[in-house]
Amino acid sequence: MILARVIGNLVATQKNENLVGKKLLLIQPIDLKGRPDGDELLAVDAVGSGEGDLVIAIAEGGSARQVSKTPSLAPVDIAIAGIVDEVVSTEDTLRLYD
Amino acid sequence: MYAARIVGTVVCTTKDEKLNGRKLLVVQPVSLLDLKEEGKPAVAIDTVGAGVSEIVLVVGGSSARQTHLTQNSPVDAAIMAIVDYIDIEGRRVFDKHK
Amino acid sequence: MHLARIIGSVVATDKDERLTGVKLLVIQPIRSNGEDKGSPLVAVDTIGAGYGETVFYARSKEGAMPLEIPDVPVDAGVIGIVDSIHVPQASKERTA
Repeated sequence: MILARVIGNLVATQKNENLVGKKLLLIQPIDLKGRPDGDELLAVDAVGSGEGDLVIAIAEGGSARQVSKTPSLAPVDIAIAGIVDEVVSTEDTLRLYD
Repeated sequence: MYAARIVGTVVCTTKDEKLNGRKLLVVQPVSLLDLKEEGKPAVAIDTVGAGVSEIVLVVGGSSARQTHLTQNSPVDAAIMAIVDYIDIEGRRVFDKHK
Repeated sequence: MHLARIIGSVVATDKDERLTGVKLLVIQPIRSNGEDKGSPLVAVDTIGAGYGETVFYARSKEGAMPLEIPDVPVDAGVIGIVDSIHVPQASKERTA
């Protein structure tokens, strides 16, 4: 699982039928200091997250499809599995709102 | 999948028994835009009867095990197609028959 | 999933027989601002996407799931055509 910030959303009318009604969010993976770490990704939202939220995402197909509310037949390789309240690490405590 | 040129063969007498009878080829990844070499060579299992100097498509990861010849085998790269043409932005950048 | 632009196609007569009739696209991964990112790759089309369109694709086996025969040797598949992308400016600065 990775930590990421939700940075935007995407609209697609023509998409796999198992993705109909699912929210597609752009997420930016971050490090423990909240800095961008790697490339932005497109994830299916399963927890009602939105822009600006810090989330945990599963970025591996077989596991991402285990997230509840992700249809098991949906071709999903990245899913948002939780909205983060707080991260405490030896690096620092990640602040949610800057 | 990525495009690659077959540059060699590998022979192993001692190997996992599930690989017995399988052809191991050395593939050099090439750019889809100009067929120039890109990155490091890899060893892939041939599933389509490809031969040295041909341009092929290589599938990686767990998907490489989704062929009749590689099912349940310790394989992470398989040749699943021999390329006839590649068209990029309306231009034929590769033609097997030329 | 990942964003990409369709830049071409590949024709292969000799291929895994379960991929007969499946369209092979050359896609260029892009960022949400449209910039190219990394090298192009080959993906199967599962949605009827065409040259020049901005799409999103799934990697690994998931890319092949929408195909009629999903258990095929495919590690990337185009699964949707993008209508619009919304990234507020503030976040854009964060990703820069």
